[in-house]
Amino acid sequence: MNQEARKVVVLPCSGIGKVYGAIARETTYELMDRVRPGVVVTTCLPLLVIDDPEALRLVRENPVITIDGCPKSCAHRSVEAHGIKVAKTYQAINFYKAHKDLKPDGIAELDENGRKLAAVAADELAEAVDELAAGEVK
Amino acid sequence: MGLEVLKVGIVSCSGEAIPEGTLSRLACRKVLDELRPAETVTICLPLFIAGGPEERDFASKYPTITVDGCEKRCAQKSTEKLSGKPSKSLLIPEILEKHGIAKPTSLRNLRPEEKAAAQVVAEEIARAVDEVLEG
Repeated sequence: MNQEARKVVVLPCSGIGKVYGAIARETTYELMDRVRPGVVVTTCLPLLVIDDPEALRLVRENPVITIDGCPKSCAHRSVEAHGIKVAKTYQAINFYKAHKDLKPDGIAELDENGRKLAAVAADELAEAVDELAAGEVK
Repeated sequence: MGLEVLKVGIVSCSGEAIPEGTLSRLACRKVLDELRPAETVTICLPLFIAGGPEERDFASKYPTITVDGCEKRCAQKSTEKLSGKPSKSLLIPEILEKHGIAKPTSLRNLRPEEKAAAQVVAEEIARAVDEVLEG
């Protein structure tokens, strides 16, 4: 990885109603804590809803990945509502479609399959994070 | 046609970046699933921006309680700005202080004492639901 790598902002769905919102969040934490610590950062998505200057600066100055939990795509749309282009966007349900042996359950707290699915998804997103951190993707 | 049951809307801070956000989500789910399942509904906060008129009407359709994890009060401000005035606005740090509970430090995989704190917060939210329903 590039020693001068930029931060990459990963914004998950903030939903508390569906399991794939929880998968989006857990995948983000896996990226932050285990897969690309020091590179991946996040912020609270609702800060964009209230136009928080610090959160807006973070997403304006760094490449952004969104991971949404449902087709309403709140994470993606909350960023683009500010005229900021999202570098890469994912739907968490597609992580499950690619790994159907890991059917997740739980909303407030994921079950074991959910945690495994998020870990696998985070591993698979690492390449995209590295490209963005290195400035290889606009 | 059945009787219409009044429900209270719960809007939780999603707080992905702060432990109090995780506590808020967990406590709100406890209210929705265990403590007051028949009396409460929720909405994902960013739907006020990403959703349509139906989502933005949430606070006019339901008396709403916002639960925030920090002083930025995203849930309260977003609801006021985009949907309607909440009936009650709760703040996790104030609830924890009231009960002499230490601030949480985990974003995920809450420790047992943090799960216990979520239960205390959930019970406070449930009391607020009852107060709203009692008018």
